[in-house]
Amino acid sequence: MNRIVLYYHKLSSPEYFYRFASAVLPWVLLPCVACFAIGLYAGLVLSPPDYQQGDTVRIMYIHVPAAWMSLFIYVVMAFAGLLAVVWHTKIAEWTAMACAPIGAMFTAVTLITGSLWGRPTWGTYWAWDARLTAELVLLFLYLGVIALYHAINDSRQAARAASLLALVGLVNIPIIHFSVKWWNTLHQGASVRLTGASSIHESMLWPLLIMALATNLYFVVSLLNRLRVKILEAESGKAWVQALESNHHE
Amino acid sequence: MSVLRASVELLRRDLQLAFRSRMDALQPVLFFVLLAVLVPFGVGPEPLRLQTIAPGMLMVGTLLSTLLSLDALFVRDADDLSLDHLLLAPVPLAALTFSKIVAHWLTSAVPCLLAYPLLATLFNLSDGAWSAGFLALLLATPTLSAIGAIGAALTVSVARGGTLIALLVLPLYVPALIFGASAIESAQANLAISAQIYFLSALALLSLSLSPLVCAVALRLNAR
Repeated sequence: MNRIVLYYHKLSSPEYFYRFASAVLPWVLLPCVACFAIGLYAGLVLSPPDYQQGDTVRIMYIHVPAAWMSLFIYVVMAFAGLLAVVWHTKIAEWTAMACAPIGAMFTAVTLITGSLWGRPTWGTYWAWDARLTAELVLLFLYLGVIALYHAINDSRQAARAASLLALVGLVNIPIIHFSVKWWNTLHQGASVRLTGASSIHESMLWPLLIMALATNLYFVVSLLNRLRVKILEAESGKAWVQALESNHHE
Repeated sequence: MSVLRASVELLRRDLQLAFRSRMDALQPVLFFVLLAVLVPFGVGPEPLRLQTIAPGMLMVGTLLSTLLSLDALFVRDADDLSLDHLLLAPVPLAALTFSKIVAHWLTSAVPCLLAYPLLATLFNLSDGAWSAGFLALLLATPTLSAIGAIGAALTVSVARGGTLIALLVLPLYVPALIFGASAIESAQANLAISAQIYFLSALALLSLSLSPLVCAVALRLNAR
């Protein structure tokens, strides 16, 4: 068998995945904490204030990585959802469902930091800006996936149905983004813009990239942890989990 | 039985069921009219103000009245077990779900379209925007039925899934809402509406062709 295919099959065994996740976790957690420490210090203290926005610009170091993650996690969720719908792999189902709350959290962080940034910059907590509006719709797509998952009694059936919804959402996200943008150009109110300059100075770029790396690592840490808990919960009757538990007590 | 024959039979049965309980089938459109009656109480009866909000209200009313009839779309078949027969039928399930979508459109959208003259009058829609509004509703409603059917199929095993369907489906209705309302608004301002009409048609074609397949997968996932 092809090595990659073999690896895929191995990883889809809950027991193997649990050991894999437990082994990998510390190697992701440490860089994650380090990146957050460096990125936050660099962004909030070292980097220069913007010549127009002043210190408000520092919100960007949290807002922008969170916004990137909100979309990226949706794609990961939909991809895992595809594996779940087509091959009914347990790990894929759990991965898709573990992605949903993390993605919803990043979307909420994006919206909250965006509105906090909007207050001093635009003079209002909420403007119907195209990107903010699309992000709000994305939050509701996440909430829909979570709600459907919790509404169906059989948890595996629920995960597959919610995965399918995530796939439908993935097809719709570009259409929604496009139509919201189109709507926004028709209703141009007080000319509100996100950052005017598209180019960003080096002194601001590197803290931003470190923060982006930190949020990515946080996603992996959170995902692996959620999967470990889910595996133990679902396999609690299995011999290997009970062996694990008795080892733990001794 | 051929695919076409099965789809037509299913459509006929659904329409007959709707006709037998026609007071139930009329509830969504009555809700829509009531909504149009309530709005002036809230915002005031000035014709100009009503005209300004008419495009949005017409579309939002259409979305909401479509939602009302969605929860019965597959649940009723699941309750009397005829859904199991559809799942076991020797024809592609997607052809049957397409029939269900068409049946839903005929029983929920067409009454709204018939009530459109009344609704347009209540919102004081000018003559110039009258036909644009009708066209917008005509082209947006297939999208609403098709996407709504996905929500209905996903929640078929959920008891009292009506609110959940709204949560799943309303974010996906945003494009149809935007282009529909924008078409009526442009017509009110005497602008060309072809762009919006093209987009609405594209959305309708896309959702009508993909949604039956997704509905079929969703029903199979939810089958015990």
